[in-house]
Amino acid sequence: MTEPLLGDAVPAAAPGAGSNGIAASDRPVFELLDVEKRFAVSRPAGFLKREKRSLAALDGVRLTVRRGASIALVGESGSGKSTLLRVLLGLAEPSDGKALYFGQPVNEVRAQSRDFARSVAMIYQDARASLDPRMTVTALIAEPLLHFGLCGREAVGERVAALLSRVGLPAEIAERYPAALSGGQVRRVAIARALAAEPTVLIADEAVSGLDVSTQAQLLNLLRRLKREMGLTLLFITHDLGVASYLCEEIAIMYLGRIVETGPTDAVLSAPAHPYSRALRHAAPEFFAPITDPLEGEIPSPLDLPTGCRFASRCPRVEEDCLTAEPILAPIAPGRTVACRHPLDAEDHPALPQITASAPAAGSPAGGAGVSA
Amino acid sequence: MNAPDLVAAGDAAPLLAIEGLTLERGRSRILDGVSLTLGRGETLALVGESGAGKSTIAFALMGLIGKSEAKIAGRMRFDEVDDLASLDERGWGRLRGRRIAMVFQDAGAALDPCYTVGGQLVSVLRRQLGLGRAKARERALELLEGVGINDAEARLSAYPHELSGGMQQRVMVAIALACNPELLLADEPTSALDVTIQAQIIRLILTEIRARGASCVFVLHDLALASQSCDKIVVLYAGQVMEAGPSRGILERPRHPYTRLLKSCVLEIGTETLDPPEGGVPSYGDMPKGCRFATRCPNALSRCLAERPALAADGDRLIACFNPEPRP
Amino acid sequence: MAVGEASLDPSTVPAGKAAARAKKPRRKSLFLRRPFFSLALLVALGFVLCAVFAPFIAPYDPTAQSIEAMMAPPGPDHLLGTDSFGKDILSRIIFGARYALTIGIVAVLIGAGGGLVLGLAAGLSTGWLEWALMRLIDSILALPSLILAIAIIAILGQGVDKVILAVGISLVGPFSRTVRSDVLQVKTQLFIEAAHLMSIPRLTVIRRHILPNVFFPLLVQITVRISEAILVSSSLSFLGIGVTPPTPDWGLMIAEGRGFVSFAPWMSGMPGMALAILLVALAIVGDAVREEFDPKLKRAQ
Repeated sequence: MTEPLLGDAVPAAAPGAGSNGIAASDRPVFELLDVEKRFAVSRPAGFLKREKRSLAALDGVRLTVRRGASIALVGESGSGKSTLLRVLLGLAEPSDGKALYFGQPVNEVRAQSRDFARSVAMIYQDARASLDPRMTVTALIAEPLLHFGLCGREAVGERVAALLSRVGLPAEIAERYPAALSGGQVRRVAIARALAAEPTVLIADEAVSGLDVSTQAQLLNLLRRLKREMGLTLLFITHDLGVASYLCEEIAIMYLGRIVETGPTDAVLSAPAHPYSRALRHAAPEFFAPITDPLEGEIPSPLDLPTGCRFASRCPRVEEDCLTAEPILAPIAPGRTVACRHPLDAEDHPALPQITASAPAAGSPAGGAGVSA
Repeated sequence: MNAPDLVAAGDAAPLLAIEGLTLERGRSRILDGVSLTLGRGETLALVGESGAGKSTIAFALMGLIGKSEAKIAGRMRFDEVDDLASLDERGWGRLRGRRIAMVFQDAGAALDPCYTVGGQLVSVLRRQLGLGRAKARERALELLEGVGINDAEARLSAYPHELSGGMQQRVMVAIALACNPELLLADEPTSALDVTIQAQIIRLILTEIRARGASCVFVLHDLALASQSCDKIVVLYAGQVMEAGPSRGILERPRHPYTRLLKSCVLEIGTETLDPPEGGVPSYGDMPKGCRFATRCPNALSRCLAERPALAADGDRLIACFNPEPRP
Repeated sequence: MAVGEASLDPSTVPAGKAAARAKKPRRKSLFLRRPFFSLALLVALGFVLCAVFAPFIAPYDPTAQSIEAMMAPPGPDHLLGTDSFGKDILSRIIFGARYALTIGIVAVLIGAGGGLVLGLAAGLSTGWLEWALMRLIDSILALPSLILAIAIIAILGQGVDKVILAVGISLVGPFSRTVRSDVLQVKTQLFIEAAHLMSIPRLTVIRRHILPNVFFPLLVQITVRISEAILVSSSLSFLGIGVTPPTPDWGLMIAEGRGFVSFAPWMSGMPGMALAILLVALAIVGDAVREEFDPKLKRAQ
């Protein structure tokens, strides 16, 4: 990779610098500039007393999504992935910092026109709940087609059939209701619906989790093929490093509301620089490897954040200076950044197999054309 | 059918031997002639996709499937008990929780939200082991410390919802281990947890059952995890055993086409291509009479659809297939 | 009726199974699966037919008095006997079905319409408006429907149209409460957020996604509550503040026969039985419709 696509630690170009300078097409699709998202929570403080506290779900998040990039956003529960997603989609306004879409604040772009809604498509983790149970598959897929004026009513049937075959679903499914479909089929319908608007950016929230491995594999192959065929920019939220490495060229690892490491997926996974990334890497099940010493303890409550590095309480390499001030995301290698005072280097990874640079293989034969009864 | 015991061959009788277990719910045959054996101190993984019947086997072993719910045929021998399915509630009372215990998938749902962790643990100890109140509390404290809960004293008076998912699962393990069972059933104990916590819990279960010389049946969907945690593996598809034997042998060199395909779907870091079987599991009404995998099998012969291959010993393992991958 | 459509609606058939069994004999029809429902539906339809074709079916004029046949017991001339004025009870019951069903159905439609508007408004509004609407619904609900209907009658006066209006208004409270809770439930569903993400205008989202998801549960409510409306209207007549004599209303007939129960029990008994049979039949039909429609019950299969 020649160009650092992601998380460049260079202070972002003055926000609102306007259109002079760079052409719009060179602008990153999404840019998060020190985004903070706080929620007010109240919790019991003695009998019938509650205290108001502010909970930072996102804290100084900086992320750049360039056109054509495929980025995996990885983290465990409580890491702030979902909040980040809501900020990106304009469903939540950042408490501080900026969320930009081609240089303009997401909220404004969303309010101005339908272009944003059309260009940025979303696949939910709970695909079944994201589909209106009282609509047939045809009606569900036709909705974005008609809403964005992509075809007339008379052409809907044809377009829906084309989309269904594109995601590997049989045509006879078109008149069914979501309740009558299997888990894998429902996900495919959700993908077809997302693609109906001919988006340029696809955002997926755990789109393949909770499925059987064969269904998951079918869907991953499908997504890989679609990304290639449609030139999609992909932002894939997942907790599974395997999924991240299969689909995405870049990775951003989150911990407790912060991005702790970014870079090319292969490089980060074969030689993680942040101790948390390494812990994640080791915790992923691997054939016949002995179960390694897991990370101790659990993710602390965002209400009681430690001073200094927020991973310090679980970090096996913690040193005194980690406890004083929070490390910032800084470059350590071309295209890679890490938020750690004592990052790991190559010698620290004798055990990890090096991953050969993987230009995503030219599609797999099965191609996810599976059809289930 | 006589299922040869592969790992503990020649040893004393296995702790658990299931022979031809068939379970029908209405017209759906959920388990179809499942056989397996488990020696003392062994760990076994039931793997397969949803609908394979993994959890059903665990629930049957725990006596949680009522006679009115499903028709059970076949035999489940456990130690000196000839057939678990024929036990009445009193017989189960002596086994369940004492000699056979279970860790459920969703600890948050399995723990009673109205009672404190200590209260639940103490009541199990008092009922099952007949300990006095003070003694039971002392033991409860030991157990919680044993499963790696810091500040166990304070946690005793916590309600389940005040604990994280990982902590809840630790409490479940503590409750399951309270009576030193000979057989622990762990039904997807970590699928609701984050990966770093998953590693903690699996290690905990393995350490604890090893320390007690107990056996464990894991229900898992993750083959890599099964290879890391279990001696033996039983691969199920739609209620039929496809392949069974030592986990290393089977997962390194799968010979049943289904095992091979299942393994090829496992996503590891750096996986380049995936080659999943097409389609999905047929519904019970559409199951072929013979091998249930025949409809999706790349090696299928014409007889596979009509005739059921017997689960037969072949080298280091048992395979039910007319056309398996050749022996290396 | 909604029932006929229910069985045609593909969403009621677990199609995963349906498709799998394409070559197998079709799933048993609704009527074979639910024999009680079929019977109840037949009975209810019987009452509807009676109501529609009353002039052709009834052997006598329901208001014709006859001195010769006063308080005649059930017999060949008067199958269900006559009342104290010699009016034929069977004919009065047949004509009474008209009033019972008209009042029941129209009142429920008024209640459902009002409930839909109020419930939607309460469910979709926020802030002080939501608070005000909720208090309004609460205050309607604070009184049982019968008491509320009596109060409204007291204001409006007696008569069939007034009864319909009173019963209808008394049902607005319960309807609006269920509609509001359905709206609140649907509003938080992911598919609503998905529509919002697609920048679909708010009104379109309400029309396309919220209304249908609220409407079908409402349809079930309507079938269930028809019997409640009939009961309340009959109670009003029984209390003598509903429909005025000599209208052949069942509640009124029961009230008229009350004084003669010891020696002419058929006078109250026959209309009472008709009322009971119709209410039970409607309850069974309503239950079946609910079970066939309810997506939660469906998913459990």
